Amino acid sequence: MTESNFSLKKIEISVSEAEKRTGRNAMNMQETYTAYLIETRSVEHSDGQSVLTDSLWRRCSAFEWLRNYLLVYYPHVVVPPLPEKRAEFVWHKLSADNMDPDFVERRRIGLENFLLRLASHPILCRDKIFYLFLTQEGNWKETVNETGFQLKADSRLKALNATFRVKNPDKRFIELKHYSDELQSVISHLLRVRARVADRLYGVYKVHGNYGRVFSEWSAIEKEMGDGLQSAGHHMDVYASSIDDILEDEEHYADQLKEYLFYAEALRAVCRKHELMQYDLEMAAQDLASKKQQCEELATGGELFSIWGVTTQLFGQETPEQREARIKMLEEQIKEGEQQLKSKNLEGREFVKNAWADIERFKEQKNHDLKEALISYAVMQISMCKKGIQVWTNAKECFSKM
Amino acid sequence: MEGECRASPARSWGLPAGGAGGDSPGGDVPLPGSISSSALLQTEVLDLDEDEDDLEVFSKDASLMDMNSFSPLMPTSPLSMINQVKFEDEPDLKDLFITVDEPESHVTTIETFITYRIITKTSRGEFDSSEFEVRRRYQDFLWLKEKLEEAHPTLIIPPLPEKFIVKGMVERFNDDFIETRRKALHKFLNRIADHPTLTFNEDFKIFLTAEAWEFSSHKKQGPGLLSRMGQSVRAVALSMKGVKSRPEEFMEMNNFIEIFSHKINLIDKISQRIYKEEREYLDEMKEYGPIHILWSASEEDLADTLKSVASCIDECCKATEKRMSGLSEALLPVVHEYVLYSEMLMAVMKRRDQIQTELDSKVEALTSKKADTDLLTEEIGKLEDKVECANNALKADWDRWRQNMQNDIKSAFTNMAEENILYYEQCLATWESFLTSQTDLHLEEASEDKL
Repeated sequence: MTESNFSLKKIEISVSEAEKRTGRNAMNMQETYTAYLIETRSVEHSDGQSVLTDSLWRRCSAFEWLRNYLLVYYPHVVVPPLPEKRAEFVWHKLSADNMDPDFVERRRIGLENFLLRLASHPILCRDKIFYLFLTQEGNWKETVNETGFQLKADSRLKALNATFRVKNPDKRFIELKHYSDELQSVISHLLRVRARVADRLYGVYKVHGNYGRVFSEWSAIEKEMGDGLQSAGHHMDVYASSIDDILEDEEHYADQLKEYLFYAEALRAVCRKHELMQYDLEMAAQDLASKKQQCEELATGGELFSIWGVTTQLFGQETPEQREARIKMLEEQIKEGEQQLKSKNLEGREFVKNAWADIERFKEQKNHDLKEALISYAVMQISMCKKGIQVWTNAKECFSKM
Repeated sequence: MEGECRASPARSWGLPAGGAGGDSPGGDVPLPGSISSSALLQTEVLDLDEDEDDLEVFSKDASLMDMNSFSPLMPTSPLSMINQVKFEDEPDLKDLFITVDEPESHVTTIETFITYRIITKTSRGEFDSSEFEVRRRYQDFLWLKEKLEEAHPTLIIPPLPEKFIVKGMVERFNDDFIETRRKALHKFLNRIADHPTLTFNEDFKIFLTAEAWEFSSHKKQGPGLLSRMGQSVRAVALSMKGVKSRPEEFMEMNNFIEIFSHKINLIDKISQRIYKEEREYLDEMKEYGPIHILWSASEEDLADTLKSVASCIDECCKATEKRMSGLSEALLPVVHEYVLYSEMLMAVMKRRDQIQTELDSKVEALTSKKADTDLLTEEIGKLEDKVECANNALKADWDRWRQNMQNDIKSAFTNMAEENILYYEQCLATWESFLTSQTDLHLEEASEDKL
């Protein structure tokens, strides 16, 4: 359930289906892709009934376009990440095949989650393009393109690893960047080890399945022990097969962690934006300062030790009129520069203010979500233990009857 | 004299009470085994039909050697006591108590070997004293076993632990190997002591009581190696002829032994494999917990929750270690002993068949009048007696063995189930208390917000 400002009614969004399709791409080549059905329902306040208002199919690339657009137009927002395109941190049983139905299903859930995150974001939920994504069947891509977001995009934002020498960055952003690096590193590590643990656990459970087979064969030659062996063997089979559901549940937990792994990058993007703005600001200030200096030098005639001075010395004396013209040009540039600096400063401060507001919001969301995820992990473990107790209690009973 | 000095004092000595060498039939050190992992996870149910060569008695895996560090030296758990009681045939009449302990290394110019201290306490009259202490090496046990087999070819002699390490061992004698062997040797002697017939065997008595020089001179008196070899060559020749008329009950017995042998071997492999998988699971879990601590260092609100999760995982690791230790105490040695027993049984069947074949060939010779009739008839008479004796001995011992096997297997697997239940109960308690603490905190925080 989400609240949306473009309608007074409450809106429900779901990615209800995923479908494999083939088609021709821009280069007229055959390709296979997955399309997702997005359904939007509005909920009447009075009776809580939901009515289907929109239903359309979008493919993966559309989601990416949407996100890229949002990144450009809302650089101060920690934009929710998309789920992974390729299965990573897999343990052996899960296939890393992107067309695998389990993976497609998890992707569907991830994309739905993405849309729900957007819809519940106080700023992003109001975006027109987002609204059209949910409602405009055809030509949505064209509409996005018309915004010219690609031209607006700062290509420097992509190069997250390049360094820009910024003299006075806001310390909080430095810390935040540091935090996002740590978060990314620790969650990756966690997911890697979790996959290995899952692998091993799978092995332990499955080997017990062999007992089932052998006990059954053995029971054939035993008179007194036969029944006990046979039924114990059955419980071993139950035990062995129980791991499949257990690990499937754990996969959802891993997906929750993965979302925050990807969120780390969104955080870094905001930090990078601040860095770039600060860099541009400092460059502009530097430029202004040098222009002012030139102006002063021209005015006072102390050119001898400046570059201007040297060149004019080389190319001959200039006339007083020429000098006047130059000073005037500089003065205009300085005026312009001061205006630009002022607005850049303002922009910078606005950005910092807005970004921090969203970062605070994000922090709370993160703490809440991750805590819930950890609790759900505990719940899963509890369920696994209860199942284990039951199976082994049954098996013990069979053994004691042998 | 046998009726005296029984019950409480002697019995309490027999039960593990914290002395050296616990006589629980289970070992507290695993029989590490390593099965080639190529077959791992090929199908839903792992396929374990690999050839013998792949089954290593001991693996090079150094991590398995660490078992000693957390397995209790003395199995004083009630479970092991139950084992103890169960494997005695007639607990009230037990008057011979044996322990095998204190392995010691001996280095000579020719070789290095280990001796084990054997302490015998008895109230039997035919023993000169009530307490004996001797040192014996593996070779001596082997000698004893062979003497017993000679004297009672159709009795089910308890098995000895394996002679050689098959593959993969770097050192010939490492602590794990010695400890496992010691326990198995302890079991071996106690099984003999409990056997209604074998317990009175003279060689057994000498083994338990004779001083070193006395013992070695006695050993030399037995039939030489050559004659033993000669016997076995003849035995092979005889067995090659095939058993023409094995009585029905022995056909059944043979059938049972074949199938049992196959199954118990599989169970041995499966159990070793489970142990190995659990070990690897434990290794990964040990890395898993600390990552949460690492994470908590960069978090504020989440730090406590993360630390709690880490400590839960830690608790589960401890529970896993305990489960593994229980497995290696209660299950693995028992299953492995029966693997060796199944080999022993097949040898016993062969020997019985040989005796019968001897008779059959003489009978055949008689009917075809190949040799002196009178002499043959006399020989046949003797052989018929021999066959009857052998068959009866085997029959009686077979029933006894079946009963013991049933008890041992039942208790081994019941223990395994119990260990697993305990493991899951422990983990459940850990996670449930985590959950409670988190929800309590939640309520606390919620009420704080309201203030």
